[in-house]
Amino acid sequence: MALRERASERRIGAPYLPRLARFLIYAVLLSFLALFYFYPLTSILTLSFAPEGQFSLEVLSRFFRTSRHLETLWFTIWQAALSTLLTVALALPGSYVFARYDFPGKSLIRALTTVPFVLPTMVVSLAFTALLGPRGMLNLALMRLLGLDQPPFDLQHTLAIILLAHVFYNYTLVLRIVGTFWSNLSPQLEEAARMLGSSPWRAFVEVTLPLLGPSIAAAAILVFIFDFTSFGVILVLGGARFATLEVAIYRQTVHYLNLPLAAVLSVIQILFTFGLMVAYTRLQASSTVPVELRSRQVTQRRPQSWREIAFVWGNVVLMLLLLVTPLLALIERSLTLGGRVSLMFYRELFRNPRGSVFYVPPVAAVRNSVGFALATVALSVFLGLLAASVLSSRSAASKKEEAASSTTDQGVLAWLSRALDPILMLPLGTSAVTLGLGYIVALDEPPLNLRTSPLLVVLAHTLVALPFVVRSVLPAIRSIQPQLREAAVVMGASPWQVWREVDLPIVARAVLVGVVFAFTVSMGEFGATSLIARPERPTMPVAIFRFLGRPGTVNYGQALAMSTLLMIVCTIGFVVIERFRVGGVGEF
Amino acid sequence: MKRLTTFVLIVLLSLAACAPAATPTEEPTATTPPVEEPTATTAPTEEPTAAPSDRTVRLMTHDSFDISEEVLNTFESEHNATVEILQAGDAGVVLNQAILSKDNPLADVLYGVDNTLLSRALEADIFEPYQPPMLDAIPDRLELDDQYRALPVDYGDVCLNYDKAWFESEGLEPPSNLEGLTEPEYESLTVVENPATSSPGLAFMLTTIGHFGESGDYTWLDYWTDLRENDVLVTQGWSEAYYEQFTYASGGSGNRPIVVSYASSPPVEVQFSDEPFEEAPTGVVVGDESCFRQIEFVGVLSGAENPDLAREWIDFMLSETFQEDIPLHMFVFPANENAELPEVFGEFAIVPENPVTVDYTAIETNREAWIEAWTETVLQ
Repeated sequence: MALRERASERRIGAPYLPRLARFLIYAVLLSFLALFYFYPLTSILTLSFAPEGQFSLEVLSRFFRTSRHLETLWFTIWQAALSTLLTVALALPGSYVFARYDFPGKSLIRALTTVPFVLPTMVVSLAFTALLGPRGMLNLALMRLLGLDQPPFDLQHTLAIILLAHVFYNYTLVLRIVGTFWSNLSPQLEEAARMLGSSPWRAFVEVTLPLLGPSIAAAAILVFIFDFTSFGVILVLGGARFATLEVAIYRQTVHYLNLPLAAVLSVIQILFTFGLMVAYTRLQASSTVPVELRSRQVTQRRPQSWREIAFVWGNVVLMLLLLVTPLLALIERSLTLGGRVSLMFYRELFRNPRGSVFYVPPVAAVRNSVGFALATVALSVFLGLLAASVLSSRSAASKKEEAASSTTDQGVLAWLSRALDPILMLPLGTSAVTLGLGYIVALDEPPLNLRTSPLLVVLAHTLVALPFVVRSVLPAIRSIQPQLREAAVVMGASPWQVWREVDLPIVARAVLVGVVFAFTVSMGEFGATSLIARPERPTMPVAIFRFLGRPGTVNYGQALAMSTLLMIVCTIGFVVIERFRVGGVGEF
Repeated sequence: MKRLTTFVLIVLLSLAACAPAATPTEEPTATTPPVEEPTATTAPTEEPTAAPSDRTVRLMTHDSFDISEEVLNTFESEHNATVEILQAGDAGVVLNQAILSKDNPLADVLYGVDNTLLSRALEADIFEPYQPPMLDAIPDRLELDDQYRALPVDYGDVCLNYDKAWFESEGLEPPSNLEGLTEPEYESLTVVENPATSSPGLAFMLTTIGHFGESGDYTWLDYWTDLRENDVLVTQGWSEAYYEQFTYASGGSGNRPIVVSYASSPPVEVQFSDEPFEEAPTGVVVGDESCFRQIEFVGVLSGAENPDLAREWIDFMLSETFQEDIPLHMFVFPANENAELPEVFGEFAIVPENPVTVDYTAIETNREAWIEAWTETVLQ
């Protein structure tokens, strides 16, 4: 009941956008998606299903004749669900620590937790083997400690290591999305509940958790889709016994050139993502409540009692163990040569002894990576803000209003707004190899002859980054209290002024989270870009792959040195973005 | 919910309808300025690749392609031309791209189709025949296509490698052929790659098929059953096998002294080592029929914009200048017999005398069935 009242109250003060502006924004967003997502996708699917111009459903019957693909689908779903649960459960306490407490080294630790996100799976696999392999550091230490002559555990090619890697990659999504939202929630609500006699646990479950709900759901849906379409982790760390849909699609396409079957699997993957997103979007729109957001200065303090100190540092240690030790193992190896500390591998990065055409000077690799990442940030934040603005103003049009609206364009707008959010998420659920081939088939004629253009890399990265920006920004926009906007309108502010004076200061923090993710997605993305026929403009992940594809201590060492460089560049990038302030609004 | 689904269907269908058309109907929206603006100003690009000029040859190839700048410049200055190199993933991905874009090819020349993929390329009919003069210097056993559509450029053998120091310190003889791996003293010593995901993995599976055969008392699948009982480890790709599991190259984290790699790996280890070697630190098992020979081919793509220049480029690729540059950049052997090997190859490289032979047309026909059978035997 209370919720319903608030929903109708919200309608009055929701961000106001003129109808024409909304139509324009939809036109921009939908044409972007139509050109660079739906058109290539439908081209490759059409070609796959109907190579001779005739649709054939023969492949569907073949698909259902064996149970193997259904088993793959089932494994894909449950491992993703399990990974998501585990990630959220482990990262929630950490989010609380980051939201409520201030402690030394906080911003560096936050930056470090995001580094895993950009590391190629092959490099992560090296790190995990060095730490957890049968002769890894942990096993050797346990053998010495317990006097064993066999390693006590072997995680190689098990489900456990897949789950661990998924947590390693995605912890930061929950920490940043939930942690940022939480840090702007007033602690007074929970304190009030405590004063009225609730236990801390009850106060959390009944007061804080419902308020956090939208941000937890936003983070969880991203984590789930990431795990659902997991490719490298499953192949490299899971070994040969596990397969997700994404892996099956890759095999059918690349190894057997069985396009019809690959297309069926792709469509299943996309439909599943879409269905999930529709359910999620409906749930979200009805559960978000506007709350009073507070500046972080009010909500954060240093831990005081020993219990607080233990809780804060206990979580920090967990983060370091889960997320940072594998990074350290890599750095350690990049600096070790024949048992001694050496900078040899780093020096080698700057040499091109054989005069190779494909030699990538480290500076050029950094420049290319950062260049693509900045372009991706610019495009995806621009489109993401447009999307968030129309998606949040949609909550303005309540059901009643929709029903009452007699004009058709009102109906169309409502329609578009409900479709847009799930559609924006589709690229995340789409197989990179399918879309990559789609580009080859579709974008081959002027004016869209982009097949070999570096622009295509930016477009592909933006498709993946866009959902992150939207998911980061939307919970914040939706939670803005309507009274603030009303007050501004009453005092004669134009829509633009309302946005600048009311929305922007509150949303800025969330936008920065979106910027971090867009930057990260682009820095680390390898799947789609590696499948685009590109003239020489190698990024850092591409250089790492080149080194790892060859025998020789020096090549191996250079791969590790380049990975370390990638980590350093990203950490610097994250810290710089976090320090970014728009006239004080970043303080929020 | 219902309306939403209908909307998506409409979008999908309308797009599907216009997909085969040369120009998409959404074309006008491409001019919507807000979409283009931010990329145009920030993207690190000068301009999208326009139609290549007359003197540009476009070479489409896999990520392992490499050559020295000097050799490339030789061609460019001698022919007053530019070579544009497009790389897009592994050999399989690149070939599929070439097949899918065959009506409007991405490039003039495709290099990197190997004998495991050759049949797929020839069936799809993506190459124009061309008979370069240098074929005389290339041994017949490398020329698989009698219609000269795909021309051999280089070859390399996939073989078992072993860690010499490990075997010495254990006082154990390294294996000398495939059969050895199933002996009890070699239990838990071998790591191989999955043929479903790795090219050396596929080559090694083909070695066992070629050597043990598909019928008889002891088939290739019987061999794999025995290997499995002897605790063979399977990884996804070459890098994981070599750098994580192989005792010599994993910096202590691996415990498998036998790995499926290349016959050229030992000289490459020497070349890319931080210390000089008297002899290579790793050895190769070169017994009869214990290696698989991968041959890589090049061809002029049908519909190439610059077929003449494309043929000149192929002549150049088969000439000694280019061929002598191959070993240290791609770690395989030149097809041209007149090409001299670099010192480190001459000194440390081994070429197996009797690699296994598997008919290349049989590979494409049976690939899926063989991999399925392998997966069932080894992994399930």
